[in-house]
Amino acid sequence: MERSPHPFFKVEHLRKNFGGVLAVYNVSFELRQGEFLGVIGPNGSGKTTLVNLITGFVKPTSGKIFFKGKKITGKKPYTIAGLGIARTFQMVRLFYNLPAYKNLIIPLCSSRVKRLRGGRYGEKDDEAIDLLDDMGFERDSRVPYKDVGSLPHGYLKRLDLARAMALRPDILILDELFSGMSMSEVASTLPLIEKFNREGLTIIMIEHRLKELFRVVDRVMVLNFGEKIAEGTPDEVMQEDEVKKAYLGIDVEIPPREAV
Amino acid sequence: MTKQEGYRKKRLDRGIKARSDTLFAVASWKEILYLMIPRFLPVAVLLLLPLFLGNYWNKVLVYACIYGLLALSWDFLASCGLFSLGQSLFFGVGAYIAGGLNYYFHLPPLITIPIATIAGGILCSALLTPVMRLRGVYFAMVTLILPLLLMKIIETTGVFGGTQGLSSLSGFPHEMLSIYIAVVGFLACLFLFRRIINTDYGLILRAIRDDDRSVMSGGINIYWRKSQALFIAGAAGGFAGALMTHHYQFLGMSVFALDYSILPVAAVALGGQGTFAGAAIGSMLLVPLSEALRALGGLRVAIYCGVLIVSIILLPEGFFHYLARKYHQFEKVVKIG
Repeated sequence: MERSPHPFFKVEHLRKNFGGVLAVYNVSFELRQGEFLGVIGPNGSGKTTLVNLITGFVKPTSGKIFFKGKKITGKKPYTIAGLGIARTFQMVRLFYNLPAYKNLIIPLCSSRVKRLRGGRYGEKDDEAIDLLDDMGFERDSRVPYKDVGSLPHGYLKRLDLARAMALRPDILILDELFSGMSMSEVASTLPLIEKFNREGLTIIMIEHRLKELFRVVDRVMVLNFGEKIAEGTPDEVMQEDEVKKAYLGIDVEIPPREAV
Repeated sequence: MTKQEGYRKKRLDRGIKARSDTLFAVASWKEILYLMIPRFLPVAVLLLLPLFLGNYWNKVLVYACIYGLLALSWDFLASCGLFSLGQSLFFGVGAYIAGGLNYYFHLPPLITIPIATIAGGILCSALLTPVMRLRGVYFAMVTLILPLLLMKIIETTGVFGGTQGLSSLSGFPHEMLSIYIAVVGFLACLFLFRRIINTDYGLILRAIRDDDRSVMSGGINIYWRKSQALFIAGAAGGFAGALMTHHYQFLGMSVFALDYSILPVAAVALGGQGTFAGAAIGSMLLVPLSEALRALGGLRVAIYCGVLIVSIILLPEGFFHYLARKYHQFEKVVKIG
């Protein structure tokens, strides 16, 4: 891996305990610009907590996070989003009584979008419709104008993705985007994400659907009980004994560990 | 067993809207009237009413407008998820700014009222900014306590006339002027708030109420937005307070009294939350009702509370939502099965 004085994105010894429960323990990793990192791990292994720590929704107990050489640990979620780290939510957080395209107005009103557009906002409604059109909400259908509450689940997930993309992020974090999607929905969404990555977007993708994940990522990181147990290309990672244990349940012994 | 014959109400939207997501053309005079009447009729009535009412009922009208402003201010905060029990804070701060400027610097009402509106908004948002992170009942508790705290400070330190208050403040040059400032201010506030909440700016405020984490992940500084909302609501309350001070030509600690916090909430409960029109209708019903019952003495409050309870049970959605539904939808009874 190439080394520059400032890695694009870097997590150092990140750790979080909720009371006595260690959710994330001593996790460190780096990202190059344009890299596609997959994060996998069994349920409760700390993947979503990791996302919450990076995006500022949860404050780490210790450890540091750097983005473009600047420390972002302890910053507010909107500041981190404003710096260009956008996320989707595992349980989509949308506004159900608004039309779908109006959900994108919120990121389009952010100071980040204004700055990137050269100091002024555009026609927000048109931009929102454009973005949704890219996500497979056909412009000419009624779908972008429908209330979110009446849309099927697959659309909600893609709307949440559009909401994150409206921020024009430098890093996109996808927290189990495919959960609850049908095979055909996954098949139509995956190329979109690949396209974003080809266009230079750095992506961290948390996913349970390993087959789809392994097709698109450059590198995989495996978490178990909050700890990083493996990292490497998909093939390398799946050869590791610890990963097999964690995933297939062979010889699982919960390592006793004290929360300090 | 005989099959029960059931009926249900079928509702159909009329589909004529003032603002629409897609292109819409109003086709006839009938449709224009359909849209205009509910907006212009109440405005026209309120503007003409002072010419026909007597001295006493004109005072009630001013009173209703002042409570209406406080109810609008409450409804605006509630639209951003800030549930306040302290509209009297906004009211009292505005009243003391206007009264103080008039008493100590002899500024006329037409100067003190705008100053009290702006400065009241700034002061209230500054006072409440530290507790803006609190949500729900915790925010409500702090807003309930703050006016009582200010009242105690005035009582014990004797600033601004202490318990005596400041009297012989200047009134308006013309009686009608004060009535029309109240009515026009109230209507302007109503239509301004309705407009604000439907813009993209208002959309973000409503979104903060529904899910602040989602808004934060959109790169929006929710605390800055909330303090702006506090300024807007505080300015409306401050305007009401300043108006009251000059109308009564007296300023006392009672401006921080609980009445000014609770009655606006009751007005919104009666009228319906979230549209501002409900808050306006609620206060236009409650204040005259409370005056009409004045002859009954102590029993007045009991009847008044009874009316409130009954209306909340029968029309939990509020008066306005009920009227709007009746107006905008055809209803017909259809047989089931």
